[in-house]
Amino acid sequence: MTLGITAATRVAISSGVAVKGVSKRFSSTQALSAVDFEVAPGEVVGLMGANGAGKSTLVNVLVGAVKPDEGVMTVDGRAYAPGSPREAIAAGIVAIHQATDRAGAPGLTVAETLLLDRFADGRSSFFVSPASIRRRAAAIAERAGFSLALDRDFADIGPAERQLIAIARALSSDARVLIFDEPTASLSSTEAARLFDVIEALAAKGLAIVYISHRTPDLKRLASRVVVLRGGRVVAGFRRPVDFAATLKAMIGRPVESAHPDARAGRGAPVLETRGLRPRSGVPPIDLELRAGEVTAITGPLGGGKSSLLLTLFGAILPVEGEMRLNGVSWRPRSPAEAIAGGVHLAAEDRRRTSFVPPDWPGGSLSASIALPHLRRWFPHGFLIPAVERAAALTAIRRLDIQTSGPDARLHTLSGGNQQKVVLARWLAERPRVLLLDEPFQGVDVGARADIAAAVRALDDVATLVTASDPQEALEVADRIFVLDAQGLRPFASENETRGRAALETNGSTNGRLD
Amino acid sequence: MAALTNADRPRRADARALAPAVSAITRRYAVFLLLAVLVVVFSTAEPAFLGLNNFMSVLQAVSVVAILAVGVTISMAVGGFDLSVGAIAASSVVAASYAMVVWRFNAAETVAVVLAFGLAVGLANAFLIVVVGVPDLLATLAMNFLLTGLQLIPTAGRSIATGLILPSGVSANGVFDPNFLAIGRRRLFDVAPLPVLAMLVVAVIAFVLTERTRIGRLFFAVGGNEIAARLAGAPTARLKVLAYAISATLAAFGGVIVAARVGRGDVSSGASLLLDAVAASLIGFAVLAARRPNVFGAVVGAIFVGVLLNGLTMLNVPYYTQDFVKGAVLVGALGLTCGLGRRPA
Repeated sequence: MTLGITAATRVAISSGVAVKGVSKRFSSTQALSAVDFEVAPGEVVGLMGANGAGKSTLVNVLVGAVKPDEGVMTVDGRAYAPGSPREAIAAGIVAIHQATDRAGAPGLTVAETLLLDRFADGRSSFFVSPASIRRRAAAIAERAGFSLALDRDFADIGPAERQLIAIARALSSDARVLIFDEPTASLSSTEAARLFDVIEALAAKGLAIVYISHRTPDLKRLASRVVVLRGGRVVAGFRRPVDFAATLKAMIGRPVESAHPDARAGRGAPVLETRGLRPRSGVPPIDLELRAGEVTAITGPLGGGKSSLLLTLFGAILPVEGEMRLNGVSWRPRSPAEAIAGGVHLAAEDRRRTSFVPPDWPGGSLSASIALPHLRRWFPHGFLIPAVERAAALTAIRRLDIQTSGPDARLHTLSGGNQQKVVLARWLAERPRVLLLDEPFQGVDVGARADIAAAVRALDDVATLVTASDPQEALEVADRIFVLDAQGLRPFASENETRGRAALETNGSTNGRLD
Repeated sequence: MAALTNADRPRRADARALAPAVSAITRRYAVFLLLAVLVVVFSTAEPAFLGLNNFMSVLQAVSVVAILAVGVTISMAVGGFDLSVGAIAASSVVAASYAMVVWRFNAAETVAVVLAFGLAVGLANAFLIVVVGVPDLLATLAMNFLLTGLQLIPTAGRSIATGLILPSGVSANGVFDPNFLAIGRRRLFDVAPLPVLAMLVVAVIAFVLTERTRIGRLFFAVGGNEIAARLAGAPTARLKVLAYAISATLAAFGGVIVAARVGRGDVSSGASLLLDAVAASLIGFAVLAARRPNVFGAVVGAIFVGVLLNGLTMLNVPYYTQDFVKGAVLVGALGLTCGLGRRPA
């Protein structure tokens, strides 16, 4: 039947938050199916899963942003069915989001930011004096247990402080469950260490913590348990000490390789190379060589510089310093148009923002979307010839097995994986020399991911560079993998020596299984 | 639920499937359905409404607004909004009159000068928007203000006709070239006024440009998602310059038609042109449920408003209600575009 949540069939009375049998379907994808999940006070539960495993949907259900189709939730044993994020906060469940710039607004001081909720919900008097704001903000910071520079402008503080502000605000509204989504992604290691101390202190105070991360060191330090989602299901649960090789295996559903099973070495001279390239100021210089017939992947934290590297190679941003060479000749594209003309193609990350026009607009169809960068070459006389676009689209549909009603389908009717195939098809419609794919597996289901990886690996005269913040995705497609972060570009393998050892020990995943 | 028999089920499903389809068709053709209703009502009440002459006079009345609306539509296609078209048209009326009366230009020279003036204003708009980085609405609104004032300066605020006394005290005795006046007054084969033909030519060319060419596709790509357009190699800055140049030049052309029809340089002519043109291009969003700027819709929108005003005038509805009627139509069209017609997520 339908929403069983409101007519709550009670789960065993327990404290903390519990989710039982929650399912959620979005049109063609089953985002969550019969998920059981609970967090007790004082516990830090690590939540792992590859992209599209259902982590965000689960969080959205918890914080009232998504209504589940089935299942029940309880908080401290009482039925919990939040209709909105506001209701979730009132029930004490707060997510600390990755995008910390939304925690406040430039022009407000830290003290004012701390009190934003109070200003908004009318709990504060109509007139406010700077002194009273400061006093109440100081009280909030003290209650949270860490010091904040109350008088600084929100615009001037870094992501670490913004995160602390968000935590303090959550605590000031009596949060009992805090959900962190990749909180260390944009933090330095000292900032991360401070955050760990804060989180441990919060757990010691009796808060229930959900900690979403790919980073095994984070989870090693914090997590009392780890729960792994795959394809919308809880596939494994682990207790301390967590066997992370087994968690990785549970995440992708098979043993992990250090690179693609049939890793190849590129042939001949480098097609594209960089020497001491600094895409932005303040990042270490990058030396990289890309060869034809080889897929290179770069992984690393958000904000580590992966996208800026690709955008620099593509001429969308101009480097601060350093040298680039394409086929041995100096390569200094000043615009994407120049890069495309030189045979360097970029499929940028976040396809809806960087690749598609709105569905109602001309160019919103599958065929037009593939044609967009090639209009000048395909229609030299200026007039569009629909048959040319359709033919190219049909070729792409066959080649990449795009599930669609045809070349005229509007893109928003396609699933995420098929949309991503369209983006890939756009940049393969004219053969590139260098193919740059920024996070090509974002919001892509497992099947489409395999298709895309296979198509990319089949390009034997193209030098391909892929970025993926999820190392598992990099493993699926790449011949060699690098990490790019604040320390620079380096091979990935060294971090994962532990993997091979335990990848095949299956009992880790069954022993610690929840329920 | 339990009472539902098997026989009932498919019928219910059919009804459920049919209702959205009917409402989609209604939305798609709403403007045309309303237009048909208006024509029936007006021609029943006043048989003269249906005559060819009246039809031509409706088209003639809306021709300038339609041409301006096409320009606004093109500026919207690149994601902008040209609010200076009203003032460009009005100052073009003054410029055309000044060129003939003071400089004694002939028709061809006058048209060339005025179109060049429009192009220059378009490039100035584009400079503000693309190079300086002023938001579209603000840049063109400021330009509207500036031109509204600028047109008063050469004649110290006087309207321009033969015998005009210039601020220097000299009397200007040039005359309007009869060939120039013909642009606004002559009819082809004694049937179709030249302004109506001009409107049709502009509409067809602009339609082909926006819907059937590479440039048009890139216009919409820039307007739909500028980042995506740039990453696909589109010269976004140049496309915006081109769009604003076209929009302003069309507005100047609209001014030429007004000057030719009126035959004097009224400094206040074209005051309501801007709002009418903006309304027509926004009503165009609702035509065929396009939900985006489109040339065909803008022209239909202009004609729709023209038919409505013409019919109401024939029914002796007072003149001063016109703006209210236009506003009401615009509100309805926007509601249709933005609200009822929203796609299910």
